[in-house]
Amino acid sequence: MRQSLAAFQDGFAQALLAPQVEMPAAFAVYRNTVMKGCSDALQANYPAVARLVGAEWFRAAGALFVRAHPPGAPMLALYGEGFEDFLAAFAPAAELPYLPAVARLDRFWSEAHVARDEAALEPAALAGMDFARLAALRLRPHAAARWAWFELPAYSIWSRQRAEESEPGEIDWRGEGALLTRPDGAVRWTPLSRGACILLDACARGEPLGAAAEAALRADSATDLAQLMKHLLIAGAFAHSLEEPQ
Amino acid sequence: MIPRAAPSAGLGLKPEHYAEALAAPADGLWLEVHPENYMVPGGPRLAWLEAIRARHPLSLHGVALSLAADAEPDAAHLAQLAALVRRFEPALVSEHLAWSSWRGAYFPDLLPFPRTAEALWRVEANVSRAQEALGRRIAIENPSHYLPLEGHAWEEIDFLAELARRTGCGLLLDVNNAFVSARNLGASADAYVDAFPGEFVMEVHLAGHAPDAGSTLLVDSHDAPVAPEVWALYERLVARIGPRPTLIERDGNLPPWPELLAERVRAQAVLRAPLQSSLPRAA
Repeated sequence: MRQSLAAFQDGFAQALLAPQVEMPAAFAVYRNTVMKGCSDALQANYPAVARLVGAEWFRAAGALFVRAHPPGAPMLALYGEGFEDFLAAFAPAAELPYLPAVARLDRFWSEAHVARDEAALEPAALAGMDFARLAALRLRPHAAARWAWFELPAYSIWSRQRAEESEPGEIDWRGEGALLTRPDGAVRWTPLSRGACILLDACARGEPLGAAAEAALRADSATDLAQLMKHLLIAGAFAHSLEEPQ
Repeated sequence: MIPRAAPSAGLGLKPEHYAEALAAPADGLWLEVHPENYMVPGGPRLAWLEAIRARHPLSLHGVALSLAADAEPDAAHLAQLAALVRRFEPALVSEHLAWSSWRGAYFPDLLPFPRTAEALWRVEANVSRAQEALGRRIAIENPSHYLPLEGHAWEEIDFLAELARRTGCGLLLDVNNAFVSARNLGASADAYVDAFPGEFVMEVHLAGHAPDAGSTLLVDSHDAPVAPEVWALYERLVARIGPRPTLIERDGNLPPWPELLAERVRAQAVLRAPLQSSLPRAA
Protein backbone atom coordinates (compact mmCIF):
# COMPACT_ATOMS: atom_id res chain seq x y z
CA MET A 1 0.00 0.00 0.00
CA ARG A 2 1.25 3.47 -0.83
CA GLN A 3 2.19 5.59 2.18
CA SER A 4 -0.16 8.51 2.80
CA LEU A 5 1.21 12.05 2.59
CA ALA A 6 0.73 12.53 6.34
CA ALA A 7 2.55 9.27 7.15
CA PHE A 8 5.42 10.31 4.87
CA GLN A 9 5.65 13.68 6.61
CA ASP A 10 5.51 12.11 10.08
CA GLY A 11 8.51 9.93 9.28
CA PHE A 12 10.48 12.63 7.49
CA ALA A 13 9.90 15.28 10.18
CA GLN A 14 10.78 12.91 13.00
CA ALA A 15 14.09 11.97 11.35
CA LEU A 16 15.12 15.59 10.62
CA LEU A 17 16.20 16.40 14.18
CA ALA A 18 16.99 12.83 15.24
CA PRO A 19 20.40 11.88 13.81
CA GLN A 20 20.11 8.36 15.26
CA VAL A 21 17.25 7.52 12.85
CA GLU A 22 18.80 5.73 9.87
CA MET A 23 18.05 7.43 6.56
CA PRO A 24 19.58 7.43 3.05
CA ALA A 25 22.88 9.36 2.81
CA ALA A 26 21.35 12.25 0.87
CA PHE A 27 18.93 12.88 3.72
CA ALA A 28 21.86 14.52 5.52
CA VAL A 29 21.45 17.59 3.28
CA TYR A 30 17.99 18.20 4.78
CA ARG A 31 19.23 17.57 8.30
CA ASN A 32 22.14 19.96 7.77
CA THR A 33 19.98 22.66 6.20
CA VAL A 34 17.40 22.52 8.98
CA MET A 35 20.06 22.55 11.71
CA LYS A 36 21.97 25.36 9.99
CA GLY A 37 18.81 27.44 9.57
CA CYS A 38 17.89 27.08 13.25
CA SER A 39 21.47 27.57 14.51
CA ASP A 40 22.06 30.61 12.30
CA ALA A 41 18.86 32.17 13.65
CA LEU A 42 19.83 31.38 17.24
CA GLN A 43 23.31 32.83 16.77
CA ALA A 44 21.91 35.93 15.07
CA ASN A 45 19.50 36.42 17.99
CA TYR A 46 22.11 35.82 20.73
CA PRO A 47 25.24 37.58 19.43
CA ALA A 48 26.64 38.56 22.84
CA VAL A 49 26.31 35.00 24.15
CA ALA A 50 27.98 33.71 20.97
CA ARG A 51 30.91 36.13 21.33
CA LEU A 52 31.40 35.27 24.99
CA VAL A 53 31.56 31.51 24.47
CA GLY A 54 32.99 31.40 20.94
CA ALA A 55 31.35 30.09 17.77
CA GLU A 56 32.29 26.44 18.29
CA TRP A 57 30.89 26.22 21.83
CA PHE A 58 27.79 28.16 20.76
CA ARG A 59 27.05 25.86 17.80
CA ALA A 60 27.48 22.74 19.96
CA ALA A 61 25.21 24.05 22.73
CA GLY A 62 22.86 25.53 20.13
CA ALA A 63 22.41 22.15 18.43
CA LEU A 64 21.24 20.65 21.73
CA PHE A 65 18.82 23.54 22.22
CA VAL A 66 17.51 23.27 18.63
CA ARG A 67 16.83 19.52 19.00
CA ALA A 68 14.96 20.11 22.27
CA HIS A 69 13.17 23.29 21.14
CA PRO A 70 12.73 23.43 17.34
CA PRO A 71 11.07 26.62 16.09
CA GLY A 72 7.31 26.59 16.46
CA ALA A 73 6.80 29.34 13.89
CA PRO A 74 8.65 30.62 10.83
CA MET A 75 9.26 34.10 12.27
CA LEU A 76 12.83 33.31 13.30
CA ALA A 77 13.51 36.91 14.40
CA LEU A 78 12.28 35.82 17.83
CA TYR A 79 13.52 32.21 17.78
CA GLY A 80 15.22 31.15 21.01
CA GLU A 81 12.53 31.65 23.61
CA GLY A 82 13.71 29.54 26.54
CA PHE A 83 17.40 29.77 25.63
CA GLU A 84 18.08 31.68 28.87
CA ASP A 85 16.56 28.84 30.94
CA PHE A 86 18.37 26.26 28.83
CA LEU A 87 21.72 27.94 29.56
CA ALA A 88 20.88 28.26 33.27
CA ALA A 89 20.37 24.48 33.45
CA PHE A 90 23.25 23.59 31.09
CA ALA A 91 26.07 22.03 33.15
CA PRO A 92 28.94 23.03 30.79
CA ALA A 93 27.86 26.69 31.25
CA ALA A 94 28.03 26.54 35.05
CA GLU A 95 31.39 28.36 35.10
CA LEU A 96 29.78 31.34 33.37
CA PRO A 97 27.03 32.30 35.85
CA TYR A 98 26.27 35.50 33.93
CA LEU A 99 25.49 33.68 30.65
CA PRO A 100 21.70 33.35 31.21
CA ALA A 101 21.46 37.07 32.05
CA VAL A 102 23.42 37.97 28.90
CA ALA A 103 21.01 35.74 26.93
CA ARG A 104 18.07 37.63 28.43
CA LEU A 105 19.58 40.96 27.36
CA ASP A 106 20.15 39.61 23.83
CA ARG A 107 16.50 38.57 23.77
CA PHE A 108 15.44 41.99 25.10
CA TRP A 109 17.24 43.51 22.09
CA SER A 110 15.33 41.26 19.64
CA GLU A 111 12.00 41.99 21.33
CA ALA A 112 12.66 45.74 21.40
CA HIS A 113 13.71 45.66 17.73
CA VAL A 114 10.41 44.21 16.46
CA ALA A 115 7.98 45.66 19.02
CA ARG A 116 5.04 47.63 17.68
CA ASP A 117 5.58 51.27 16.81
CA GLU A 118 4.25 53.91 19.17
CA ALA A 119 5.24 57.40 20.17
CA ALA A 120 7.26 57.78 23.35
CA LEU A 121 6.32 60.22 26.09
CA GLU A 122 8.38 63.36 25.55
CA PRO A 123 10.60 64.56 28.41
CA ALA A 124 8.73 67.88 28.45
CA ALA A 125 5.32 66.23 28.83
CA LEU A 126 5.46 66.20 32.62
CA ALA A 127 6.97 69.65 33.00
CA GLY A 128 4.97 72.02 35.16
CA MET A 129 2.72 69.34 36.68
CA ASP A 130 2.21 69.68 40.41
CA PHE A 131 3.05 66.85 42.78
CA ALA A 132 -0.50 65.59 43.28
CA ARG A 133 -1.13 65.37 39.56
CA LEU A 134 2.18 63.60 38.92
CA ALA A 135 1.55 61.10 41.71
CA ALA A 136 -1.85 60.16 40.26
CA LEU A 137 -0.53 59.62 36.69
CA ARG A 138 -0.39 56.13 35.31
CA LEU A 139 2.54 55.89 32.90
CA ARG A 140 2.62 52.83 30.66
CA PRO A 141 6.07 51.53 29.65
CA HIS A 142 6.70 51.89 25.89
CA ALA A 143 5.94 48.79 23.77
CA ALA A 144 9.65 48.47 22.97
CA ALA A 145 10.94 49.04 26.51
CA ARG A 146 12.60 46.06 28.24
CA TRP A 147 14.30 46.26 31.61
CA ALA A 148 15.61 44.02 34.36
CA TRP A 149 17.74 44.08 37.47
CA PHE A 150 20.53 41.50 37.73
CA GLU A 151 22.45 40.53 40.85
CA LEU A 152 25.67 40.44 38.81
CA PRO A 153 27.22 42.87 36.28
CA ALA A 154 25.30 41.43 33.33
CA TYR A 155 24.78 44.82 31.72
CA SER A 156 28.50 45.66 31.60
CA ILE A 157 29.37 42.22 30.24
CA TRP A 158 26.59 42.32 27.65
CA SER A 159 27.09 45.89 26.46
CA ARG A 160 30.82 45.32 25.92
CA GLN A 161 30.04 42.35 23.68
CA ARG A 162 27.34 44.31 21.86
CA ALA A 163 29.72 47.19 21.22
CA GLU A 164 32.04 44.63 19.58
CA GLU A 165 35.02 46.30 21.22
CA SER A 166 36.12 45.13 24.58
CA GLU A 167 36.66 48.21 26.65
CA PRO A 168 39.74 48.14 28.81
CA GLY A 169 39.43 47.80 32.51
CA GLU A 170 38.07 45.36 35.04
CA ILE A 171 34.37 44.86 35.51
CA ASP A 172 33.17 45.95 38.94
CA TRP A 173 31.44 42.81 40.29
CA ARG A 174 28.12 44.12 41.54
CA GLY A 175 24.45 44.04 40.66
CA GLU A 176 23.28 46.08 37.65
CA GLY A 177 20.06 46.98 35.93
CA ALA A 178 19.52 47.48 32.21
CA LEU A 179 16.97 49.33 30.09
CA LEU A 180 16.54 48.81 26.34
CA THR A 181 14.36 51.19 24.36
CA ARG A 182 13.77 52.14 20.73
CA PRO A 183 13.31 55.91 20.90
CA ASP A 184 14.03 56.87 17.28
CA GLY A 185 13.88 53.69 15.23
CA ALA A 186 17.02 52.09 16.65
CA VAL A 187 17.41 49.97 19.78
CA ARG A 188 19.39 51.75 22.50
CA TRP A 189 20.44 50.69 25.98
CA THR A 190 21.42 52.29 29.24
CA PRO A 191 22.30 51.06 32.73
CA LEU A 192 19.48 51.36 35.22
CA SER A 193 19.38 51.67 38.99
CA ARG A 194 17.54 49.16 41.14
CA GLY A 195 15.04 51.85 42.07
CA ALA A 196 14.31 52.63 38.41
CA CYS A 197 13.74 48.92 37.65
CA ILE A 198 11.26 48.74 40.52
CA LEU A 199 9.50 51.91 39.39
CA LEU A 200 9.11 50.54 35.86
CA ASP A 201 7.85 47.21 37.22
CA ALA A 202 5.18 49.10 39.19
CA CYS A 203 4.19 51.22 36.17
CA ALA A 204 3.89 48.04 34.07
CA ARG A 205 1.50 46.65 36.70
CA GLY A 206 -0.64 49.77 36.22
CA GLU A 207 0.19 51.46 39.51
CA PRO A 208 0.07 55.27 39.65
CA LEU A 209 3.40 57.07 39.53
CA GLY A 210 3.21 58.02 43.23
CA ALA A 211 2.96 54.42 44.37
CA ALA A 212 5.64 53.38 41.88
CA ALA A 213 7.98 56.05 43.25
CA GLU A 214 7.33 54.93 46.83
CA ALA A 215 8.23 51.36 45.87
CA ALA A 216 11.47 52.63 44.32
CA LEU A 217 12.31 54.58 47.46
CA ARG A 218 11.60 51.57 49.68
CA ALA A 219 14.09 49.52 47.63
CA ASP A 220 16.74 52.24 47.71
CA SER A 221 16.18 55.25 49.94
CA ALA A 222 18.97 57.13 48.14
CA THR A 223 16.97 57.15 44.87
CA ASP A 224 16.90 60.62 43.27
CA LEU A 225 13.40 60.52 41.80
CA ALA A 226 13.75 63.64 39.67
CA GLN A 227 16.98 62.38 38.13
CA LEU A 228 15.52 58.91 37.66
CA MET A 229 12.41 60.21 35.83
CA LYS A 230 14.56 62.44 33.62
CA HIS A 231 16.72 59.44 32.71
CA LEU A 232 13.68 57.27 31.87
CA LEU A 233 11.95 59.99 29.84
CA ILE A 234 15.06 60.79 27.80
CA ALA A 235 15.51 57.07 27.10
CA GLY A 236 11.92 56.87 25.80
CA ALA A 237 10.82 54.36 28.42
CA PHE A 238 7.16 55.42 28.52
CA ALA A 239 4.38 55.38 25.94
CA HIS A 240 2.90 58.68 24.86
CA SER A 241 -0.52 57.92 26.36
CA LEU A 242 -1.02 59.73 29.65
CA GLU A 243 -3.73 58.22 31.78
CA GLU A 244 -4.98 60.68 34.33
CA PRO A 245 -7.73 59.98 36.82
CA GLN A 246 -10.85 62.12 36.31
CA MET B 1 -0.33 52.96 -27.42
CA ILE B 2 1.70 52.62 -24.26
CA PRO B 3 3.74 49.43 -24.36
CA ARG B 4 3.62 47.21 -21.30
CA ALA B 5 6.71 47.61 -19.18
CA ALA B 6 9.33 45.11 -20.30
CA PRO B 7 10.11 42.46 -17.67
CA SER B 8 13.20 43.46 -15.76
CA ALA B 9 15.64 41.91 -13.32
CA GLY B 10 15.40 42.31 -9.56
CA LEU B 11 17.54 41.57 -6.55
CA GLY B 12 16.96 39.72 -3.31
CA LEU B 13 17.05 42.31 -0.52
CA LYS B 14 18.85 41.81 2.80
CA PRO B 15 19.04 44.31 5.69
CA GLU B 16 22.76 44.85 4.98
CA HIS B 17 21.78 46.52 1.69
CA TYR B 18 18.76 48.59 2.80
CA ALA B 19 20.49 51.97 2.32
CA GLU B 20 21.95 51.08 -1.07
CA ALA B 21 18.66 49.63 -2.32
CA LEU B 22 16.83 52.75 -1.23
CA ALA B 23 19.32 54.99 -3.03
CA ALA B 24 19.53 52.85 -6.20
CA PRO B 25 18.19 54.35 -9.45
CA ALA B 26 14.69 53.05 -10.12
CA ASP B 27 15.51 51.77 -13.61
CA GLY B 28 13.14 48.84 -13.39
CA LEU B 29 14.92 47.56 -10.30
CA TRP B 30 12.59 45.51 -8.12
CA LEU B 31 13.40 43.86 -4.83
CA GLU B 32 12.34 40.58 -3.32
CA VAL B 33 12.10 39.72 0.37
CA HIS B 34 10.95 36.77 2.44
CA PRO B 35 7.70 37.99 4.03
CA GLU B 36 8.41 35.87 7.15
CA ASN B 37 11.17 38.35 8.06
CA TYR B 38 8.60 41.16 8.10
CA MET B 39 5.84 39.41 10.08
CA VAL B 40 6.69 41.50 13.11
CA PRO B 41 4.56 44.04 15.01
CA GLY B 42 6.73 47.06 14.11
CA GLY B 43 10.20 48.49 14.18
CA PRO B 44 12.93 49.52 11.76
CA ARG B 45 12.67 46.52 9.42
CA LEU B 46 9.13 47.45 8.40
CA ALA B 47 10.08 51.12 8.23
CA TRP B 48 12.93 50.34 5.81
CA LEU B 49 10.67 48.19 3.66
CA GLU B 50 8.08 50.98 3.52
CA ALA B 51 10.71 53.47 2.38
CA ILE B 52 12.12 51.10 -0.23
CA ARG B 53 8.65 50.18 -1.47
CA ALA B 54 7.91 53.85 -2.04
CA ARG B 55 10.72 53.84 -4.60
CA HIS B 56 10.90 50.33 -6.08
CA PRO B 57 8.43 47.52 -6.86
CA LEU B 58 8.49 44.68 -4.38
CA SER B 59 8.10 40.92 -4.57
CA LEU B 60 7.12 38.77 -1.57
CA HIS B 61 8.69 35.33 -1.81
CA GLY B 62 7.31 33.14 0.96
CA VAL B 63 9.29 30.23 2.34
CA ALA B 64 7.01 28.98 5.09
CA LEU B 65 3.39 28.60 3.94
CA SER B 66 4.10 24.85 3.73
CA LEU B 67 1.68 24.30 0.85
CA ALA B 68 2.65 20.65 0.37
CA ALA B 69 2.10 19.66 4.00
CA ASP B 70 -0.93 17.43 4.48
CA ALA B 71 -2.63 20.19 6.42
CA GLU B 72 -4.31 23.51 5.71
CA PRO B 73 -1.97 26.52 5.67
CA ASP B 74 -1.63 27.99 9.15
CA ALA B 75 -4.45 30.54 9.43
CA ALA B 76 -2.41 33.05 11.45
CA HIS B 77 0.50 32.82 9.01
CA LEU B 78 -1.79 33.31 6.03
CA ALA B 79 -3.47 36.28 7.74
CA GLN B 80 -0.08 37.90 8.38
CA LEU B 81 0.93 37.31 4.77
CA ALA B 82 -2.36 38.85 3.60
CA ALA B 83 -1.71 41.88 5.82
CA LEU B 84 1.74 42.36 4.26
CA VAL B 85 0.25 42.03 0.76
CA ARG B 86 -2.32 44.71 1.59
CA ARG B 87 0.28 47.00 3.11
CA PHE B 88 3.05 46.67 0.52
CA GLU B 89 1.03 45.88 -2.64
CA PRO B 90 3.80 43.72 -4.12
CA ALA B 91 4.09 43.22 -7.87
CA LEU B 92 4.61 39.49 -7.32
CA VAL B 93 3.82 36.98 -4.58
CA SER B 94 5.33 33.50 -4.69
CA GLU B 95 5.75 30.33 -2.65
CA HIS B 96 7.22 26.85 -3.05
CA LEU B 97 6.12 23.36 -4.03
CA ALA B 98 7.35 22.08 -0.68
CA TRP B 99 6.50 21.75 2.98
CA SER B 100 8.25 23.19 6.02
CA SER B 101 5.76 23.08 8.92
CA TRP B 102 4.42 19.88 10.37
CA ARG B 103 2.43 19.27 13.55
CA GLY B 104 3.49 22.50 15.20
CA ALA B 105 7.20 22.41 14.32
CA TYR B 106 8.78 24.66 11.72
CA PHE B 107 11.76 23.37 9.74
CA PRO B 108 13.65 26.16 7.93
CA ASP B 109 13.98 24.20 4.70
CA LEU B 110 11.89 23.34 1.63
CA LEU B 111 11.11 19.66 2.05
CA PRO B 112 10.15 17.13 -0.65
CA PHE B 113 7.20 14.75 -0.89
CA PRO B 114 5.98 11.99 -3.21
CA ARG B 115 3.98 13.59 -6.03
CA THR B 116 0.85 11.45 -5.76
CA ALA B 117 -2.78 12.14 -6.66
CA GLU B 118 -3.39 12.72 -2.94
CA ALA B 119 -0.56 15.27 -2.79
CA LEU B 120 -1.84 17.09 -5.88
CA TRP B 121 -5.29 17.31 -4.33
CA ARG B 122 -3.81 18.70 -1.11
CA VAL B 123 -1.51 21.24 -2.78
CA GLU B 124 -4.34 22.31 -5.10
CA ALA B 125 -6.60 22.96 -2.10
CA ASN B 126 -3.85 24.84 -0.25
CA VAL B 127 -2.87 27.02 -3.21
CA SER B 128 -6.54 27.86 -3.81
CA ARG B 129 -6.98 28.76 -0.15
CA ALA B 130 -3.88 30.96 -0.24
CA GLN B 131 -4.95 32.75 -3.43
CA GLU B 132 -8.38 33.35 -1.93
CA ALA B 133 -6.95 34.75 1.31
CA LEU B 134 -4.49 36.98 -0.56
CA GLY B 135 -7.00 37.98 -3.22
CA ARG B 136 -4.49 37.40 -6.00
CA ARG B 137 -2.63 34.91 -8.16
CA ILE B 138 0.58 33.53 -6.72
CA ALA B 139 3.51 31.78 -8.40
CA ILE B 140 4.71 28.37 -7.20
CA GLU B 141 8.43 27.51 -7.41
CA ASN B 142 10.05 24.22 -8.40
CA PRO B 143 12.16 22.99 -5.46
CA SER B 144 15.72 21.65 -5.34
CA HIS B 145 16.07 17.88 -4.90
CA TYR B 146 18.70 15.85 -3.14
CA LEU B 147 17.02 12.55 -2.43
CA PRO B 148 15.33 10.20 -4.91
CA LEU B 149 11.90 9.53 -3.37
CA GLU B 150 9.77 6.49 -4.03
CA GLY B 151 6.13 6.70 -4.97
CA HIS B 152 5.98 9.61 -7.43
CA ALA B 153 2.94 9.26 -9.68
CA TRP B 154 3.63 12.56 -11.45
CA GLU B 155 6.68 14.09 -13.10
CA GLU B 156 7.38 17.41 -11.41
CA ILE B 157 6.69 19.53 -14.49
CA ASP B 158 3.38 17.77 -15.16
CA PHE B 159 2.44 18.18 -11.49
CA LEU B 160 3.19 21.91 -11.61
CA ALA B 161 1.36 22.42 -14.92
CA GLU B 162 -1.70 20.54 -13.63
CA LEU B 163 -1.58 22.60 -10.43
CA ALA B 164 -1.52 25.80 -12.49
CA ARG B 165 -4.43 24.63 -14.63
CA ARG B 166 -6.55 23.60 -11.64
CA THR B 167 -5.89 26.64 -9.42
CA GLY B 168 -5.05 29.38 -11.91
CA CYS B 169 -1.75 29.92 -10.10
CA GLY B 170 1.41 30.87 -11.96
CA LEU B 171 4.80 29.23 -11.74
CA LEU B 172 8.20 30.45 -10.67
CA LEU B 173 10.99 28.64 -12.49
CA ASP B 174 14.16 28.57 -10.42
CA VAL B 175 16.78 27.73 -13.02
CA ASN B 176 19.41 26.99 -10.38
CA ASN B 177 17.05 24.54 -8.66
CA ALA B 178 16.48 22.85 -12.01
CA PHE B 179 20.25 22.55 -12.48
CA VAL B 180 20.94 21.33 -8.93
CA SER B 181 18.07 18.82 -8.99
CA ALA B 182 19.05 17.42 -12.39
CA ARG B 183 22.65 17.00 -11.27
CA ASN B 184 21.67 15.39 -7.95
CA LEU B 185 19.05 13.03 -9.40
CA GLY B 186 20.89 12.21 -12.61
CA ALA B 187 18.50 13.93 -15.02
CA SER B 188 18.93 16.54 -17.76
CA ALA B 189 18.57 20.18 -16.74
CA ASP B 190 18.27 21.17 -20.42
CA ALA B 191 15.33 18.81 -20.85
CA TYR B 192 13.67 20.15 -17.67
CA VAL B 193 14.02 23.79 -18.67
CA ASP B 194 12.91 23.02 -22.26
CA ALA B 195 9.79 21.23 -21.02
CA PHE B 196 8.78 23.80 -18.40
CA PRO B 197 5.40 25.29 -19.43
CA GLY B 198 6.32 28.84 -20.38
CA GLU B 199 2.72 30.08 -20.46
CA PHE B 200 2.53 29.84 -16.65
CA VAL B 201 5.92 31.36 -15.79
CA MET B 202 5.44 34.63 -13.84
CA GLU B 203 8.98 34.85 -12.50
CA VAL B 204 12.43 33.29 -12.90
CA HIS B 205 15.02 32.81 -10.15
CA LEU B 206 18.78 32.67 -10.62
CA ALA B 207 21.08 31.77 -7.73
CA GLY B 208 24.37 30.16 -6.85
CA HIS B 209 24.98 26.67 -5.50
CA ALA B 210 27.81 24.88 -3.73
CA PRO B 211 29.15 21.35 -3.43
CA ASP B 212 27.97 19.55 -0.28
CA ALA B 213 30.73 19.06 2.27
CA GLY B 214 29.85 15.45 3.00
CA SER B 215 28.83 14.04 -0.40
CA THR B 216 28.94 14.53 -4.17
CA LEU B 217 25.63 16.44 -4.10
CA LEU B 218 25.19 20.06 -5.10
CA VAL B 219 23.39 22.21 -2.54
CA ASP B 220 21.11 25.08 -3.51
CA SER B 221 23.01 27.30 -1.09
CA HIS B 222 22.30 30.83 -2.46
CA ASP B 223 25.75 31.83 -1.17
CA ALA B 224 27.66 32.23 -4.41
CA PRO B 225 27.36 34.03 -7.76
CA VAL B 226 25.13 32.45 -10.43
CA ALA B 227 27.12 29.62 -12.07
CA PRO B 228 28.00 29.69 -15.80
CA GLU B 229 25.87 26.57 -16.46
CA VAL B 230 22.88 28.30 -14.88
CA TRP B 231 23.38 31.42 -17.01
CA ALA B 232 23.45 29.18 -20.10
CA LEU B 233 20.19 27.49 -19.05
CA TYR B 234 18.65 30.91 -18.41
CA GLU B 235 19.60 32.18 -21.87
CA ARG B 236 18.11 29.02 -23.35
CA LEU B 237 14.88 29.59 -21.39
CA VAL B 238 14.47 33.25 -22.33
CA ALA B 239 15.17 32.48 -25.98
CA ARG B 240 12.28 29.96 -25.87
CA ILE B 241 9.62 31.65 -23.71
CA GLY B 242 10.61 35.33 -23.88
CA PRO B 243 11.56 37.70 -21.06
CA ARG B 244 10.07 37.26 -17.57
CA PRO B 245 10.79 39.11 -14.31
CA THR B 246 14.07 37.59 -13.15
CA LEU B 247 15.55 37.61 -9.68
CA ILE B 248 19.17 37.31 -8.62
CA GLU B 249 18.70 35.45 -5.33
CA ARG B 250 21.43 35.70 -2.73
CA ASP B 251 20.95 34.76 0.93
CA GLY B 252 24.37 33.88 2.30
CA ASN B 253 28.00 35.03 1.97
CA LEU B 254 26.52 38.37 0.99
CA PRO B 255 28.72 40.35 -1.43
CA PRO B 256 28.88 44.14 -1.68
CA TRP B 257 25.81 45.63 -3.41
CA PRO B 258 27.70 46.52 -6.64
CA GLU B 259 28.50 42.82 -7.19
CA LEU B 260 24.80 42.00 -7.07
CA LEU B 261 24.08 44.91 -9.41
CA ALA B 262 26.63 43.49 -11.87
CA GLU B 263 24.80 40.14 -11.91
CA ARG B 264 21.57 42.04 -12.44
CA VAL B 265 23.08 43.87 -15.44
CA ARG B 266 23.91 40.50 -16.97
CA ALA B 267 20.34 39.27 -16.48
CA GLN B 268 18.99 42.50 -17.97
CA ALA B 269 21.12 41.92 -21.06
CA VAL B 270 19.63 38.44 -21.49
CA LEU B 271 16.10 39.82 -21.00
CA ARG B 272 16.60 42.46 -23.68
CA ALA B 273 18.17 40.13 -26.22
CA PRO B 274 15.01 38.56 -27.71
CA LEU B 275 13.24 41.93 -27.81
CA GLN B 276 16.11 43.49 -29.70
CA SER B 277 16.16 40.67 -32.26
CA SER B 278 12.49 41.27 -33.05
CA LEU B 279 12.90 45.01 -33.59
CA PRO B 280 13.52 46.36 -37.09
CA ARG B 281 17.17 47.21 -37.59
CA ALA B 282 18.12 50.88 -37.56
CA ALA B 283 19.26 52.15 -40.93
